[in-house]
Amino acid sequence: MKRLLSLFFFLALLSGAAVAATERSPDTLVQQVTDDVLNIVRQDKDIQSGDTKKAIALVDAKVLPYFDFQRMTALAVGRNWRKATPEQQKRLSEEFKKLLVRTYSNALTSYKDQTISYKPSRVEPGETDVVVKTEIVQPGSKPVQLNYALDKQADGWKVYDVMVAGVSLVTNYRSSFAQEVRDKGIDGLVTMLSERNKQLESGSK
Amino acid sequence: MRANLSRQLSASLCVGAIIAASGCATTTESDPADPFEGFNRAMFTVNEGLDKVAIKPIAQGYDAVTPLPVKVGVGNFFGNIWDSWTAINNLLQGKGGDALSDVGRVLVNSTIGIGGVFDVASEMGLTKHSEEFGQTLARWGVGDGPYFYWPLIGPRTTRDTFGWLVDTYYDPVWRVDKVPLRNSLVAVRYIDLRASLLPSDKVVEEAAFDKYIYIRDAYLQHRRNEVFDGDPPRIPVNY
Repeated sequence: MKRLLSLFFFLALLSGAAVAATERSPDTLVQQVTDDVLNIVRQDKDIQSGDTKKAIALVDAKVLPYFDFQRMTALAVGRNWRKATPEQQKRLSEEFKKLLVRTYSNALTSYKDQTISYKPSRVEPGETDVVVKTEIVQPGSKPVQLNYALDKQADGWKVYDVMVAGVSLVTNYRSSFAQEVRDKGIDGLVTMLSERNKQLESGSK
Repeated sequence: MRANLSRQLSASLCVGAIIAASGCATTTESDPADPFEGFNRAMFTVNEGLDKVAIKPIAQGYDAVTPLPVKVGVGNFFGNIWDSWTAINNLLQGKGGDALSDVGRVLVNSTIGIGGVFDVASEMGLTKHSEEFGQTLARWGVGDGPYFYWPLIGPRTTRDTFGWLVDTYYDPVWRVDKVPLRNSLVAVRYIDLRASLLPSDKVVEEAAFDKYIYIRDAYLQHRRNEVFDGDPPRIPVNY
């Protein structure tokens, strides 16, 4: 009986956690993840002095679960996405993810004393696609917009685009990706991405 | 002198456009926004070279020797001068409230902020806006026109190139009478701006496959965002 009770308790806790995760609103999600990551970076001298590997590990653990890389890749590849086989799509997503994680992590290593301010965002009930607006505030220069586009999925809100000062880190790849597919096909694009990742991996400390 | 300078500038722009127009019959499919890609890529290479041997090293030196509070002060000082031009542009775009707030910023920062070195106005809640004549032209309905990459000043659409000429004409810094002082101010502002971009160098270097295209597309997206004051209508993306 006691065991049954504790099992029941455990299940209740579990479902409670699940509910909390799915019902966390997109702006709270962005804010919590950002605060979480920046709190770690603020105390980590290695990341501040340019340790990309450590920054990547941090992003992997804290940020990745909330990103939809399949959708991001589809957006960057554009019309050619549907011409790719499921296997090609998988490889493209894997390589593009590696590249984006590195870009994002690198940006973290140049973190100095900026703060993030969160713009009020209205999320209407029933909405499934929203943009959460934040700003990087730094003394002596104009604040830089940092916006996240999220859509609602079965397991909660997922980020599918990141825009810095209005520039999408995802769609900014569209023309160079399209060019590569035109010249060397989808496999050529996979190769281009994986070669860049290998080169960056071997070059970093 | 000044009129002369801008006449020279516009003359060289025209020459540039003609060279570009004649030399651009490239065979590869190019972006419709960038018909003069051949010319632009050549200028891009020139700028990258200049940056590598001169501008970036100077900016790195400046960045290394200047304490943060001084850099902040320099950024604020030039920002305050620009705010007056921002106010005029907001007015020209029919955004009276923003213009009024910009005037308030200049008054507060020039006095309490000791000649603009401290941005007291932002702390008082007077938000800094980003405006120049290119955005005003856009608001008046002028389209982007072909994209250009100019030596030293970098990427500009045709409209923003004209905007830049007007900006430079009205720019209080360019209107300083003592030429050596004016030149020093222009140089410090340029280097301070370059220094503020140093952290993003590595990101672009690693993220871009074709740096020219990466910068071009980022510039075009960024301009669209600026024209709509940070809130452009979302373009539905298909795949």
